[in-house]
Amino acid sequence: MSDKKTALILFLVFLAAYFIPFSRTTVQNAVLESLLMLQEYARQHVLLCLIPAFFIAGAIAVFVSKDSVIKYLGPKANKILSYGVASVSGTVLAVCSCTVLPLFAGIYTRGAGIGPATAFLYSGPAINVLAIILTGKVLGWQIGLARAVGAVVFSVVIGLLMQAFFGRKGRDDRDESGFVTDHGAKEDRPLWKTAIYFAVMIGILVFINWGRSDPSLAVWYWIYRAKWVIGGLLAIGLAGMILRWFKKDELKEWTSSTWGFAKQIFPLLFGGVLVAGFLLGRPGHEGIVPSDWVARLVGGNGLSANLFASVAGAFMYFATLTEVPILQGLLGSGMGQGPALALLLAGPALSLPSMLVIRSVLGTKKTVVYIVLVVIMATMTGMIYGALAGS
Amino acid sequence: MEIRVLGPGCPRCHEVERRTLNVLAELNVGADVQKISDIKKIVEYGIIGTPGLVINGKVKCSGRIPRPEEIKAWIQEEK
Repeated sequence: MSDKKTALILFLVFLAAYFIPFSRTTVQNAVLESLLMLQEYARQHVLLCLIPAFFIAGAIAVFVSKDSVIKYLGPKANKILSYGVASVSGTVLAVCSCTVLPLFAGIYTRGAGIGPATAFLYSGPAINVLAIILTGKVLGWQIGLARAVGAVVFSVVIGLLMQAFFGRKGRDDRDESGFVTDHGAKEDRPLWKTAIYFAVMIGILVFINWGRSDPSLAVWYWIYRAKWVIGGLLAIGLAGMILRWFKKDELKEWTSSTWGFAKQIFPLLFGGVLVAGFLLGRPGHEGIVPSDWVARLVGGNGLSANLFASVAGAFMYFATLTEVPILQGLLGSGMGQGPALALLLAGPALSLPSMLVIRSVLGTKKTVVYIVLVVIMATMTGMIYGALAGS
Repeated sequence: MEIRVLGPGCPRCHEVERRTLNVLAELNVGADVQKISDIKKIVEYGIIGTPGLVINGKVKCSGRIPRPEEIKAWIQEEK
């Protein structure tokens, strides 16, 4: 099996080396663009944004007790409350998008049923910490915020619709034995300590990435000038907390879970940035795909552009976080803000491989309805945001 | 002994499998270790969040990567 894989990869590399016309200037430019885009990420996003974000993700995976959240998604939970919890709990439950599908299957078959499960499935990939942070940093905080808010609001709508269409039938076959809750990991730290610890980490991330603003906006500009001082003070506070509140074992677990995420996600992101740079180029530059193609298909904020972005996003597979460099390339080539958001919403929530898994859990009919709902909701959100954002 | 590692195939789940195999080798205990990656089967164990570790049909841990010492203790208690 793995030998076959190696042979296949070698063969593809050979075909690429044989056929790609590297002597053409457009291809040379595109190769250069992919390297320049990689450098831009390495210089601007890795040290200050991605590495702190990975530490936060690692801490969430280790220190946040999931029991308290899961309670609201179980079979006996309050139905209305469970929608709210399902739509926002992706932040703590699905630190990386690979955990969304098993959780979804669990909520559906053993827990609150199809409504909350599909709400979770739609919002989870869009609101996990890594996705929000990187989207906000690279594409701007407006679209980062729109992505999070859009995902949460429309996940509830999708969940309620799915419940309305299929709820009655789903209810009988549900297993009432409920979830087995977390085993072993007991919290002995008071909640306020954990809360302060997370607040300080997020504070560090926010302040050291504070963007330069117009000097006339006095407060913002002052924060910008003092960002290293604020970040440094918070870092000293964090160091104190780590030394006094945490056991050595816990810190080891934290670093190993952080490393686990980094090991898993960095190679994907590295590849994603190279591919996005090669195909689309950095903003203002052109990759292998001519900008006017992009502008023609998904430029502006019309219905067709939004619909196209949603449908393409629904079928395309984005490895964790790679939607961000790809979107950056597309926006730079003339994609409208609305279609960009539509792609961000439909993209990570669905892909051809995940559709197959969802189908094995829900069955064909419900899966088709879910996919159609996702495409419609993503298109609508894109159009609304496009109208608000102007361009 | 029957050990099942539950996970759709992410690196965190492989880590659990690796640690389990190491502990088994260290204790010199034989066990039937299987990785379960079919989501429908994972759900039947009633866990929230992967990776999960099941020993002799009992869910020992889910949603996190257990420390080797924990795995050692579970295996010894089930032996």
